[in-house]
Amino acid sequence: MNRKNHFNRREFLKRGSALIAAGWLPLSLVEVAFGKTQAESFTFAYISDSHLTHIKGNNFVRNWDRGLTRAIAEANLLTPRPDFILYGGDIAQLGTPEEIDHGLDLLGALRGDVHYVMGEHDYYLDLGEHWRKRIGPDHYSFDHKGVHFVVLNSILTHDDWIHKKWDSPMHRMKEMARLDNPQGSPFLVGDPQREWLRKDLEKISKDTPLVVVSHSPLQKIYKGWNFWTDDAEQIQAMLKPFDKVTVLYGHVHQIQYNQIDNISFHSVMATAWPWPYPSTFAQEASYMPKLTVEINRADPFFERDGTGWQFINMHTGDVDVHDALPDNRNRVVAFDEKKGHPVDARYQAEANRIPPMKHF
Amino acid sequence: MITLNTCRIITLGMAIAAAGTSLVNAAPLGLPAVPIPADNPQSDAKIALGDRLYHEERFSADGKVSCATCHAEEKAFTDHRAVSKGHNGLLGTRNAPTVINAAYMETQFWDGREPDLEGQSKQPPINPVEGGLPDHVAFVNIFRNDASYVKTFKQVFGVDKKEITIDHFAKAIASFERTIIAGDSPFDHYQFGGDKSAMSEAAVRGLAVYVGQGRCVSCHIIEQNQALFTDNRFHNIGVGFKNIQGRVGEIAKDFLKAKNKGVDVDVTVLSDPDASELGRFAVSEDINKIGAFKTPSLRNIELTPPYMHDGSQKTLADMVNFYNNGGRVNPDDPLSPFLSGGIRPLNLSDQQKKDLVAFLKALTSPSIAAKVTSTKIID
Repeated sequence: MNRKNHFNRREFLKRGSALIAAGWLPLSLVEVAFGKTQAESFTFAYISDSHLTHIKGNNFVRNWDRGLTRAIAEANLLTPRPDFILYGGDIAQLGTPEEIDHGLDLLGALRGDVHYVMGEHDYYLDLGEHWRKRIGPDHYSFDHKGVHFVVLNSILTHDDWIHKKWDSPMHRMKEMARLDNPQGSPFLVGDPQREWLRKDLEKISKDTPLVVVSHSPLQKIYKGWNFWTDDAEQIQAMLKPFDKVTVLYGHVHQIQYNQIDNISFHSVMATAWPWPYPSTFAQEASYMPKLTVEINRADPFFERDGTGWQFINMHTGDVDVHDALPDNRNRVVAFDEKKGHPVDARYQAEANRIPPMKHF
Repeated sequence: MITLNTCRIITLGMAIAAAGTSLVNAAPLGLPAVPIPADNPQSDAKIALGDRLYHEERFSADGKVSCATCHAEEKAFTDHRAVSKGHNGLLGTRNAPTVINAAYMETQFWDGREPDLEGQSKQPPINPVEGGLPDHVAFVNIFRNDASYVKTFKQVFGVDKKEITIDHFAKAIASFERTIIAGDSPFDHYQFGGDKSAMSEAAVRGLAVYVGQGRCVSCHIIEQNQALFTDNRFHNIGVGFKNIQGRVGEIAKDFLKAKNKGVDVDVTVLSDPDASELGRFAVSEDINKIGAFKTPSLRNIELTPPYMHDGSQKTLADMVNFYNNGGRVNPDDPLSPFLSGGIRPLNLSDQQKKDLVAFLKALTSPSIAAKVTSTKIID
C-alpha cells in the first residue's frame, strides 16, 4: 500500500484545519489560512467546459476562447499556488484535433500540473483517439496528501449506438452534442471501467477521503439533456463503503450540489456558457437536487456572466467549492459538518436567495 | 411624464438658484433629483463654505493646489491632463474625473474606494502626489488659525475652533459638489423633452448606434425618463493592460502583501503606476475585478478630454476606435485576459463611428459649455 494512503479520515480530522468559508477567499486570506497547515489541507483549481469551436484556419469562436483564457489568467493569480488543476472535460465543441490542440495550447499557460477529464465533445468524433494521444488515459487515479482521487470517463455509451451506420464520425459527434435529441444515447461509465474502479478502490482503506471526478454527473438529474449517467447507482454503490466521498462533475454549466448518503456532489461551472436549469424546461421528469440553490439569471450582454471556474479547498476530507463568477457574485458551496451536506455560504436560506430565471 | 419632469426641473432649479452657485441656470432635464445624505443636508451657508474651500489652495504642501486645480470649472471640472498634477509638479497615475454629476455616483474615485463625496474629498489634500499635506490634523490646524474660517464653521456647523474636524470640511465640500449638476443637453431635449429637432441627424443616427451595434448603453445607461450614463459598476475594458502585461500576478501579490501590512490604498494606487492598473481589485481583492474601473458618466464628454482612467485616449474618435477594436488601440494589439465579457469587436463602419461621436457631442450641457474656455489637452 502506498505510504500516502495511511493518512486516514481520523488523522485528517485531527490534522486538518477547520476553515470556515464565509465568502470567496481573497488571495490574502488564502495565504493566512494555509500558512500553518499546508501539509494537511490543500487547494486545487477546477476549470471545465470551454467548448472551443474551430471556424477555419487559425480562427476559433472568440467568446469561448475568452472564457478559457480568462479562467486561466485568474487561476494563475491564486496565491499560494493550488496543488494542481483539474480540467473537467469538453475542451472542444466537435472533438476535432484543431480544437483539442488549441485548447491545450491555451491551457499551456496554466501554472501547475493539470489532470484532465474526458467530455463527450472531446470523444464522439474519433472516440477519444486524439485526446488520449495528446493527454493520456481517460480514467486513472492518484493520491494527494491523504486523499484518493479517481478520474472516470463517464460519457461512454452503448456500443450499438457508437457503431451505428453513421454518415460520418462528425454525424455521430453532432448527434451526441444535441439536447433533447431522441436519436441520442445516455452516458455510461460501463462495465470494463466499473471493474477497473472496483479493483482500484480495493487498495484503499475505507476511511481514506475519496474524490471521484467525472464529466457527466454520477447522479441522475435530467435525461433529456444527458444531465445523467445511466449506471450512476452502480457507481454510487461502489462508493458507499467509504466514510467520506465527494463527486465533482462538469457538463451541466450551472451550480448544482447534492448529498446522497455518504456522497457529496458538486458541479463545476463552464467557461463557455450557462445552461438554464432543467426544471425550467422539463419535458420529462427532472430530479434537480433539493439542496441546490439556483444561480440568478445571467445578463447576456456580459458574455462571461453565468460562466466561471472554481477554486476548491480540501480540508478534513471535505470540499469547499468557491465559484469565481465574472460579472456576477462569487459563490461558495461548502460542506457543513453539522448538517452533513453541502450548503451555499450566502444563499441557502430561502429569504437570502436571488430569484433565478424561471422561464426563457 | 412631461409634467413630472417639469416639476422636477422647477424644484431643483430653485434649489440651485437659491444656493447662489455658478450653476444657477442648470436645469436638470434628463436627471433625477440629487440624492442628499440625511446626515449632511444642504444649506446656502454650507454650500458657500464648500465653494470657498473647493478653491482653497492651502489644501496643499506648496500652497498652490486646490480641488479646483484638477477639477476646474473652466475645464468642465477636470484638468485636461492625462493624469493629474499635484503639489510641486508631482504626477499621479489617473485622469481627473469631472465633478459634474459626481453627486449621482454610488461610489467615488475610478476604483470606487470611497462611498461618497464626503469620503472622497478628504483624500487628495493628504495624498503625497496631490495635496501632499502630512495628515488631517496638520490640515485642520491650518484653518483653525484662520479667524475668517473659524467664524464660518461656527455659523454653518455650530462648532468652536477646537471642535472643527476634517468631517466638517468634507461635508461642506460635498454639499457644494452636489450643486454641480448638469443635464439639459440636446440629447435630453430630444429624448425627454419631446423636441425631435434638438439633435442633428448625425446624432440621431449615433444614438441608434449607441443603443444598438455599439453596445454602449448596456453600461452607460439611458433609462425611461432619465439618463445617468453609468451603471455604477466596474469593468475591465482593456485600458492600461499593455503596461502590466505578463506581470499581473506579481503586481497583485505585492500589492496585497503591502495592503495587509497597512499601506494606504489611496496613496499606493496614485503613486505606483503598476498598482494603479489593478483597478477595483485593489479595493475588493476579488480576482474578477483585476483592471476593472468604474463606468464614468458620458455627460459633457466633449469638454473633458483626454479619456479613460489613465487619460490614454485623446479624442472621442480615438475612444470609439478603442471600443470598436474590442478593447485595444490597434486591432492587432494583445487583449487583456481579464477583459469584461461586455467588450468585443463592434465592426462599426466609419460612418457609424462618426455618428457615434456626433451623438456624444450632443450630451453637452449649455450651462457647462458656457464656462469652458478651452478643451485643449495639456501635455
